[in-house]
Amino acid sequence: MLLFLILFPLVGAGIALILPWYQGRSWLLPLCAGLHLLLACLILLDPGPLGPWLGLDALSRLVLIVTSLLYLGCAVYAVGYLNQRRDRGNKVIVPCLLIFLAAMTLAISARHLGLLWMAVEATTISSAPLIYYNRNRLSIEATWKYLLLCSVGIGLAMLGMLFIAYAALVGGVTPVSLQFDSLLNSATLLSTPWLHGGFVFLLVGFGTKMGLAPLHSWKPDAYGEAPGMVGALLAGGLTSVAFLAILRAVQLMTAAGDGDMARQALLGMGLLSMLVAGIFMVRQPDIKRLLAYSSVEHMGILAIGVGIGGLATFGAMLHLVNNALTKGCLFLSAGNIQRAYDSKKLAKVHGAIATLPISGSVFLAGFLAITGSPPFGPFMSEFTILRGIFGSGHLWIGLLVLFMLAVVFIGMGATALTATQGEAVQLETDFKDSFLLVISPIVFLLIILVLGVYLPEPLQRALREAANLLEVTP
Amino acid sequence: MANLLLLFVLLINFYTLGSARLVACIRAVALQGALLALLPLAIHGPTGHALLLGVGALLFKGIFIPLLLLRTIREVRIRRDVEPFIGFVPTLILGLLVTAGAFIFADFLPLAHEHHEGLFVPTALATMFCGFLMLITRRKAITQVLGYLMLENGIFVFAVLLSAAMPLMVEAGILLDLLVGVFVMGIVLNQISREFSSLNTERLTALKE
Amino acid sequence: MIGRIALQLAVLLIFAPLPLGVINKTKALFAGRIGPPVLQPYYDLARLWRKGFVISRTTTWVFLAGPVVGLVVPLLAALLLPFGGLPAPISFSGDLILFVYLFGLSRFFTAVAALDTGSSFEGMGAAREVTFSCLAEPTLLFALLVLARGAKSLNLGALFGPQLAGQWQGDASASLGLILVCLFVVLLVENSRIPFDDPNTHLELTMVHEVMVLDHSGPALGMVLYGATMKLMVMSALLVGIALPLRTGSLLLDLLVFLAGILSLAVLIGVVESTMARLQLPRVPQVLVGTTLLSIFALVLVLR
Repeated sequence: MLLFLILFPLVGAGIALILPWYQGRSWLLPLCAGLHLLLACLILLDPGPLGPWLGLDALSRLVLIVTSLLYLGCAVYAVGYLNQRRDRGNKVIVPCLLIFLAAMTLAISARHLGLLWMAVEATTISSAPLIYYNRNRLSIEATWKYLLLCSVGIGLAMLGMLFIAYAALVGGVTPVSLQFDSLLNSATLLSTPWLHGGFVFLLVGFGTKMGLAPLHSWKPDAYGEAPGMVGALLAGGLTSVAFLAILRAVQLMTAAGDGDMARQALLGMGLLSMLVAGIFMVRQPDIKRLLAYSSVEHMGILAIGVGIGGLATFGAMLHLVNNALTKGCLFLSAGNIQRAYDSKKLAKVHGAIATLPISGSVFLAGFLAITGSPPFGPFMSEFTILRGIFGSGHLWIGLLVLFMLAVVFIGMGATALTATQGEAVQLETDFKDSFLLVISPIVFLLIILVLGVYLPEPLQRALREAANLLEVTP
Repeated sequence: MANLLLLFVLLINFYTLGSARLVACIRAVALQGALLALLPLAIHGPTGHALLLGVGALLFKGIFIPLLLLRTIREVRIRRDVEPFIGFVPTLILGLLVTAGAFIFADFLPLAHEHHEGLFVPTALATMFCGFLMLITRRKAITQVLGYLMLENGIFVFAVLLSAAMPLMVEAGILLDLLVGVFVMGIVLNQISREFSSLNTERLTALKE
Repeated sequence: MIGRIALQLAVLLIFAPLPLGVINKTKALFAGRIGPPVLQPYYDLARLWRKGFVISRTTTWVFLAGPVVGLVVPLLAALLLPFGGLPAPISFSGDLILFVYLFGLSRFFTAVAALDTGSSFEGMGAAREVTFSCLAEPTLLFALLVLARGAKSLNLGALFGPQLAGQWQGDASASLGLILVCLFVVLLVENSRIPFDDPNTHLELTMVHEVMVLDHSGPALGMVLYGATMKLMVMSALLVGIALPLRTGSLLLDLLVFLAGILSLAVLIGVVESTMARLQLPRVPQVLVGTTLLSIFALVLVLR
């Protein structure tokens, strides 16, 4: 069942390559995405045991449902978007998107670290053509930086995995295997210096993919130049998958008794990410780069949440969900704005609410959500994380986080308000907010609104299970 | 036998760091990959796993990937690299320092008993660092790809020590990933040269802030 | 003692011009010609000895000192080196440094003799030759250090002792292989062969070593030629000593093996000269630095 979930998007990709019908190819996306979500929900009702290669534990289940939901929204958006971009064609983007889905699902359900590596590298390779969709100088530059930086990063992650296997070898574990459950079971036997080295490299490698500072330099370029829905998928889906990979490393370290070192490393990188993001978000003239830095900031918040532990981990899990859906909403509406104004810079973009009522207001609402205003979901998750920080006595860290959140709010607010407020502008393009282009952002926004007010019981349970998985000590 | 192969791998590092002719560099990295493909056979003997892995690595790293890269430079029509950021001779000296450092560092690492006096860990570290050096100091995009391949070669040397931990499927998947990765990189290189009429990455600096 | 010195010098003096003849013959055969006879250098030496001197008026005693030192130095250096089964007649700790710098002395006098003529071509050639030798010197020293580390002694004769055969079969074989390659490059540089210098070029602007001896004539030129062949033989002896550490016990057999080694090295030089083109002048320092790094690397390998 799980194998089918992973493989059928590949079949869809194959069909998309040979199907000569343009609209048919576009509609293949929401079809596969809907089937994926359906199957994912069915699997979640009855997860089955963890196999040696594939399996869904609590963390994977959470990331799977979030990613699948986000993908469905972006797929529906894609039909409308690709209809508008007939000049660029969809013969490459549709198969690549489907392969990307398959790779993400494989990475989420991998129980063998080597398979995880393969899947994450596959996501890098399949998402490079997606960033290059616009085919101009800037997107080539962005694609090259993305490809090279992420490939090198993932190569380092592979080195980290080999160090962990070596830790098992030196520790006398037989048979030496990178199968995750067997590693967890024999975690206390692993040789400590090699385990630490492996963790550092895994953190650096998958941190590059996730976009934690100082490894984030490809993010503004890649998210800035990619089409809106690709940005949404990368910011919401791929970062969650990379975070999952890092969490596996944290799980291993915690099982080996060295959870503190792992948490401190995450805390440090998280704070640095928030700092860097805050600095670069002030006076940012490009709305998509703004969103990219916002993604860096929220990855920092996730890292801080896991780094503090306890209640903050629960908050981080909730934030994973909120961040993915809100980023989806923001990127999709920003994509609409960019298509309408034929530019993403503040020099040309202003008065979005007046010109494009739906997309503009959704963008503004998304900005309020992502910066943590109630009654939206991110407010609840950030509040929980802050409660966890102050509750465990880290006063200065909490104050710093609050300060950075304020800086981000001001910086992002300046740009977002300039873009959305103002009088209606006469558009040069004939862009209109069609149904397919706005339904996904609106749905995401509504979900975030609901999550901000009421956390349904099954979701609470799932989040708690996921958080508990990270606290398992020997 | 394994030590001889590893020695050649180290010599190829130096050769690639100091060479400006792109075809020679591509062939050198291909030869390095091919030599590394023989490494599992030299250590574990002709077991089924090692044989398949060796043949697979030989095909992918020794034949397919260089073919892709050679085709790319033929379409892009460049044959020579430009002077790296710090010059060829300083790069070579840095490469030597890094190799010597790798040897010294490997003696400090808490290795398993059977790996202590061997050339494996120093070669792996030295090749990785030389790959990094090429990635950082070279200006042309294609030599950056070669640096990445050298980095992967270095990681492969380390992985050979642990072939029990890496089942065949995973190794095959890794090789396939590498091939497809280089394929996509080749396509992007092609597009870069078409847009910018050059593969000099110093032109790729429009995106900032 | 006197007998051993005499025997060593006899071997050197009699056989020195032979490798040069073999090199020329190899190059000719590669080019499809029949070429000069293998004993041609002997005939050249005999011919030059019968001629008279033509000495420029601007020169001083230094001008004649160059060829004389160039003749004497290889003789002295040969006394420090074992030839095949013959052990080195003069041997003391640290004599490998004397070996290297004897050649430095001869190079100094050749360069000064070239500058003494006052000709600009010769000065240019002297500058280039000295630069190349400067860059090749660390390689030579590091290579000898690798051997010294293996023999745990700074005595040149002891470096070629019985432990060398054992080292070839052990894990120092990689280092030995590397320094053989480095020493071969040093051989080509010091004796001004392609790819570093073309011994057959007639254009003064492209000459490095040939132009330094352009003004010599008659017996002086004969001394220069003889000295050059002896230098080639001595440095080849260094290489052959490392490559062929065989000792059968019979003096004659060892000597024959040694001479066979020298002649095959001469053939190898001839092949290299025929198949490679001369390197561009700015590339030569890069190649020499590369060989220095290789020899340092060989030392690192042996120091582990």
